[in-house]
Amino acid sequence: MSVTTAHNAKRMYRFDLTKRLVAKLHRDEAVIGGIGHSNFDLFTAGHRPQNFYMLGSMGLAIPIALGVAIAQPQRKVFALEGDGSLLMQLGCLSTVATQAPKNLIILVMDNGTYQITGGQVTPAAGGTDFVAVARGCGLTSAAWAADEADFERLVEQGLATDGPHLIGLKLDEQGPAGQTERDPAQIRDRFMRGMGVKKSKLVT
Amino acid sequence: MQPWHEIVVEQLKANEIRLIPYVPDNVLKPLINAIHADPFFTAFTTAREEEAIGIVCGAVMAGMRGMALMQTSGFATLANVLASLPCAFQIPALMMISERGTLGEFNIGQAAVWRTMRPTLEALAMEHHVITRLDECGFIVDRTIRQALSTQQPAALILSPLLTGGKANPVKVGG
Repeated sequence: MSVTTAHNAKRMYRFDLTKRLVAKLHRDEAVIGGIGHSNFDLFTAGHRPQNFYMLGSMGLAIPIALGVAIAQPQRKVFALEGDGSLLMQLGCLSTVATQAPKNLIILVMDNGTYQITGGQVTPAAGGTDFVAVARGCGLTSAAWAADEADFERLVEQGLATDGPHLIGLKLDEQGPAGQTERDPAQIRDRFMRGMGVKKSKLVT
Repeated sequence: MQPWHEIVVEQLKANEIRLIPYVPDNVLKPLINAIHADPFFTAFTTAREEEAIGIVCGAVMAGMRGMALMQTSGFATLANVLASLPCAFQIPALMMISERGTLGEFNIGQAAVWRTMRPTLEALAMEHHVITRLDECGFIVDRTIRQALSTQQPAALILSPLLTGGKANPVKVGG
């Protein structure tokens, strides 16, 4: 288990971390991008049909990922969720701990602010430690990434071992590298094809 | 004739609705018990109804059909996530709502929030049906599920106290 504390974790660039994650995905792993900049950077890192980009429903990246993980236990599933979003749905960590899907890996993107609305600090500014919260909810495999190399190590560990896993990421103040195309019906259609669920002749 | 919850279980199985996340309710208890007793289903509680909708949406997109169970007050917490997830993305997320707040409600909070349910469903343009009669229960459940799946749209089934008996006042009203 990593012993990195929230205080000592390096503040990293979300887009760089997202690219590092995507570069490690070789087995059609599902990735659920939470509302706002979490999914903007996932989209900008290069669209994959196994990506789902939320549009609203703040706080539901982890529940959506849990649903995917239950439906397809052989596929690894990642949830990319912001700290502000997670604060809206903290109870879902207990649900994940109780259901204990072996194939779910949660990334908490913690920049301490609501970046998309102007950088206001979250109510967790007093020092909420999301990895400690996750452990308290029963997610024993929860760790802060010390730096980029440690993040890559934790992702590899998540891919290679049974979860559920949670990786805490402290972020710097840099904004997103791009913006997701807001076409939800198309996103859903592509994702269902990416999950091997939908087969259709309506291709081009 | 079968009780309503047996009819619902039969229709859920016939339509391959396997995943049942829920926030519990007293009226739903016989249905919840029957679902837990049947290995066909994967059923568990969630902390909030929003979470249950997210789980069902994720599962449906990955090939496992689901239905979230809740009561009226729980539905009232859902307008944003219904609008931006199953409605916007066209995901056939199913809901079954035990109707509190009417026909003998004793809790004014439940009665007040009950008045928001149908206007919300109508404003979202979500298909919804109220089940009041045992002889119509199977047909309404089956057809609502089939339509939701065929049209990629969410839908809500409301269990009226006329069907379930509702939840009666536990104490006699005093003077």
